[in-house]
Amino acid sequence: MTVIDKVAPEGSKAGERTSPRPTFRHKLSRWDVKVSPYLYVAPFFIVFGIVGLFPLLYTAYVSMFKWKAGDDDPQFIGFDNFKELFADSQFWNALTNTVSIFLLSSVPQLIIAVLLAALLGARLRGATGWRVGILLPYAASLVAIGIIFANLFGPKYGLINGVLQTIGLDPVDWQASRFGSHVAIAIMVNWRWTGYNALIVLAAMQAIPKELHEAALIDGAGTWRRFTAVTLPLLKPTLIFVTITSTIGGLQIFTEPKLFDALPGSNNGGSTNQFQTVTLYLYQSAFENYNLGYASAIAWVLFVIIVLIALVNFFLTGRLARTPAVKKK
Amino acid sequence: MRTIRNGLVLALGITMTALGATACGSGGDQTPAAANPNEHVELTLSTFTEFGYEALIPEYERLHPNIKITHRKTGQGGPYHQDLITKLAAGSGLADVAAVEEGHLSDVLDKGSKFNDLSKIGPADASPDRWLGWKYDAAKTKDGKVIGYGTDIGPLAMCYRKDMFKAAGLPDDPEAVKPLFATWDSYFAAGADYSAKTKKAWFDSAAQNFNAMVNQLPQGYIGSDDKLAVEGNQGIKDAWTKVTDAVAKGESAKLTAFSNEWNTGFKQGAFATKVCPAWMLGVIKEQAGPENANKWAVTAAFPGGGGNWGGSYLTVPTQSKHPKEAAELAAWLTAPEQQIKAFQAKGTFPSQVKALSDPALLSQTDAYFGGAKVGELFAEQAKKVQKPQYKGPGDGQIQENASSPALQAVEQGKSAADGWQQLVDQAKKITR
Repeated sequence: MTVIDKVAPEGSKAGERTSPRPTFRHKLSRWDVKVSPYLYVAPFFIVFGIVGLFPLLYTAYVSMFKWKAGDDDPQFIGFDNFKELFADSQFWNALTNTVSIFLLSSVPQLIIAVLLAALLGARLRGATGWRVGILLPYAASLVAIGIIFANLFGPKYGLINGVLQTIGLDPVDWQASRFGSHVAIAIMVNWRWTGYNALIVLAAMQAIPKELHEAALIDGAGTWRRFTAVTLPLLKPTLIFVTITSTIGGLQIFTEPKLFDALPGSNNGGSTNQFQTVTLYLYQSAFENYNLGYASAIAWVLFVIIVLIALVNFFLTGRLARTPAVKKK
Repeated sequence: MRTIRNGLVLALGITMTALGATACGSGGDQTPAAANPNEHVELTLSTFTEFGYEALIPEYERLHPNIKITHRKTGQGGPYHQDLITKLAAGSGLADVAAVEEGHLSDVLDKGSKFNDLSKIGPADASPDRWLGWKYDAAKTKDGKVIGYGTDIGPLAMCYRKDMFKAAGLPDDPEAVKPLFATWDSYFAAGADYSAKTKKAWFDSAAQNFNAMVNQLPQGYIGSDDKLAVEGNQGIKDAWTKVTDAVAKGESAKLTAFSNEWNTGFKQGAFATKVCPAWMLGVIKEQAGPENANKWAVTAAFPGGGGNWGGSYLTVPTQSKHPKEAAELAAWLTAPEQQIKAFQAKGTFPSQVKALSDPALLSQTDAYFGGAKVGELFAEQAKKVQKPQYKGPGDGQIQENASSPALQAVEQGKSAADGWQQLVDQAKKITR
C-alpha cells in the first residue's frame, strides 16, 4: 500500500511516460492485457478441473484398488482389475452388445436424418411446424420413453407383438432374444435422436450456397443428381461431426437398456445379459455389487475406447472434409 | 510468464473462496441437536414401496408440534437399497430414519458401525419383548448392537382365483382348497393337472415360488460362516428341480414379478394362484383392480407349512443430526398401535407380539378377498413360521441377480441344467 501511495501521485504529477519506473496504472494495464484473457477463460477450466479432470484421474487411482463401497482401508492391487476385466466374458459380452446396438441405431439413424433433412429443406407449407415436430421426441422425457417402449415391446401383452400376431406372424420375445432386444433398443434410440440429427444436417444444408445448385441446374442436373453431387459432398464435415457425437453417445448407452429390462431396477440387461451394455455393467459393478475398483477399471477401458474411436473419426474428418469441398464447384 | 501464473493462482483463489463460502453456507445452518423439547426439529424418513405411514406422520407431528417430518417414498426396493448403501459409503445424504428390507439387512449389519445402537439411544418402552423374538434378534450386529426396529413381517399364505378354480372343476371354497396347498408336491401336481386341462398358467413366475421355497429352508444361499453355500445345499437344488419341472409342464405364466407385463397379467387373469406374503394382498388389489374384486381369495395354507417373506426395519444412521428424536420416531412408528394402523392402511403385517393378538387385527377382514378374515388368517400363518434362516451378506443380491434371472432364462427357453449353472456362476461372482 505504501508503495502505491508513493508512486501514484508522482506519476500523475509528471503526466508523461518519462518516469523510468512504470506507474502502477501502467503496470495494471499491462497485466490486464496479459492476464485478463486467462482470467476470462479460467472459469471453464477450473470447473472442468473440478468436475471433469479430477474425477477422471481419481477414477484411474481407484481402479488400482480392490475397493468395496464403504471400505475403510482398500487394498492396492495394481493392474489386477484390468487383468481380470480382460478375462471377464461378461465384459466382452457387454462390449459386443454395445457395439451391436450402436451400429443398429447409428447407421439407419444417419441415413434417415439426411433424407429427412432433404425433405424438410424442400418447400413446405408450415415448414417451422414440421421442423419443430421432428425435434419433439428429443424433448420428451427419456424415462417416459423407456417405459412406453418397454410396454410396446412386452413379450405377452405388448402392442408390437399384438400387431405381429394379427397379421399372422409369430410373436417375438423381445427381452429374451439377443438380436431382438438390440433391435428394440435401437428403435428406441432412433426415435429419440433422428430428428435432432436431421436438424443439424438441415442447418448445414441451408448453408450451401444457392449458386451451386443453380449452376448444376443449368448444367442439366436433376434433383437426385444435385443431391448426390452437390449436397452430399458439401455435407461431409457435418455428417462426420454427427457421426462422432452419435458414436460417443452410442457407446455410453445406458438408460434405454436399463428401462427395457422386465425386472424393474435390474442392471442385468436381460436374464442372460442379452442386452447389458458396458455402462450398465459398470453401473452394476459399482452400485449393485459395490466393487468400486473394478467399476473404475471398466470406466477407464470405456474411456480409452471412446477416445480411440473419436481420434479415428477426427483424422478421417481432416482427410475427407478437405478434398471435396475445394474441388467441387 | 510469472504474471500469468500469478493470475491463474488469483483466479483459482477467488473461485475457491467462492466455492468455500457456498459450502460453508449450506453446512453452517445445521446446528447440532439440543435436548430442548420445544426446539424445532426437522426429520427425514425414507421408505420404499408401501409402509402405510401416510396417515401416521401427520398424527406424530400433531403429537409433537416441534417436529416436522419429511417422508421420502421410493417405488422399488432394489434401487432404494443401492442408494442406501452408496450414501452410507459416501457418509452423507441418508434420512434420519431409514427403512431397510430384511433381504438387504445383512449388507447393513456388515456396516453396523455406521448406525446408532437403538438399545442405547432408543426410548425405554421400545424393549426387546415388544417384538417376535426372531424379528428383534435379526437386527443385532455380531457385537450385539441393535440397529433396527422391526416394522412388518411377511407371513406366507396362498392366494388364488376362485372363478378360475371353479371353471377348471377344482374346489373354490377357502377351506376346501387347503389340501391342494399342503405341500409343494401337491401344489405343483395340482398345477400340472390344471395347466394340462385348461392350457392356462398355474402361477405367475417361477422366481416368486422359488424365493418362497428357499426362504423356508433352514439355510439360504449363504452359510452361517458368511460363505456361499448354494452348491452344497440340497434343499435349494430340490426347490430348483421342482420349480423348473413345473415350468416345463407349462405351469408358469412366465411373467417377471413387478414388471409391466406382470401387472397386466393380474388384470387379464393370466394365472390361477400366487404365493402371498401378507403385503401381497395390497399389490393384488392395486394391480387386479376393482373389476376383479371377489374373484381373488386367500386361504390359511401354504405348501410346506409356513414361511416368512419380507418385512423391514427402521434404522437411525449415525449421519443423523438428531439421533434421539429419530429413534423416538422409529420406536413410535413400530409400536403395536401404529403397526395395527399401518396394517389397516396397506396390509403390512405387524411384528409386535401385542399387535398379533389385538382384536383390531384379528377382526380385520378384506372385502376384496371375499370378506376373508385376513388378520386372523395371517396371524395364524405367522405362528407357523419357525426360526427364520440366517441371511448372510449378498443374500438379497443373489436372489435378485442370480436366481431370478436364471429362472427367467429357463422360462425363456434355457435348459434347467444350464440355468442352474448360471445361478451358481453368478452367485459366485456376487460373493467373490
